[in-house]
Amino acid sequence: MKFGVVVSEGPYTHQAADSAYLFVKAALEAGHEVPRVFFYHDGVNVSTRLSVPPQDERNIQVNWTALAKEHEVDLVVCIAAAQRRGLLDENEATRQGKDANNIADGFRISGLGQLIEMGIQTDRLVTFGD
Amino acid sequence: MTVKNFLYVNRKAPYGTIYALESLEVVLIGAAFDQDVSLAFVDDGVFQLTKGQNTDGIGVKNFSPTFRALGDYDVTKLFVEAESLAERGLTPDDLQEVMYEDEDDDWAEKPSIKIISRAEMADVMAGADVVLSF
Repeated sequence: MKFGVVVSEGPYTHQAADSAYLFVKAALEAGHEVPRVFFYHDGVNVSTRLSVPPQDERNIQVNWTALAKEHEVDLVVCIAAAQRRGLLDENEATRQGKDANNIADGFRISGLGQLIEMGIQTDRLVTFGD
Repeated sequence: MTVKNFLYVNRKAPYGTIYALESLEVVLIGAAFDQDVSLAFVDDGVFQLTKGQNTDGIGVKNFSPTFRALGDYDVTKLFVEAESLAERGLTPDDLQEVMYEDEDDDWAEKPSIKIISRAEMADVMAGADVVLSF
């Protein structure tokens, strides 16, 4: 089975990003495919590499980055949602005249078309949010 | 390209959270993919279609006119749950008019909004290939 996954709530306040991570991990371990995860709404906040949770807590971004690297999952952050919330990659920071960028390894910024495309190309679309 | 039934489920009031606006953004972008698109309005989501919205006092954009443009994007199926309206003291008359031109019927103007029961809404959801919930 080929799954597409949407994460639509932010990390630490909501469990959505954790549940999605555990779901994707379990699905991959069970032999399913998860070609892409799409981060939308506050879900885009997962992609900042600047979050520093206490050392005895899970680091949600680090978990996702590791998973993406190991299994070649395409982690897409919605550009419109990201720009509203201060999530910029190097190109966007330059383009918008900002002095910093904060997108973590393994994540890439792209458009909502990637979400629709994922819906078309996968067998099931699973949303993690409220 | 594969054509699937995309159903966008709108559950939240238009303002107060960004879900409604960001849902509409997906619908507009998704229209370029030539899929079979429907929108469902349930719970507080029915407030998104009310007429006479005025956001001057809260400093955010009133995006309700955008719904009237959906017909131009071939998005012509807006299902509103009757029970959700009634539970909020709303009637169909409280909703704005959203029309589209039916190319299969000599471009006759037809209403996009269809009021359906909760049971019918379940059928709409069951018939969708991809459900995006906002």
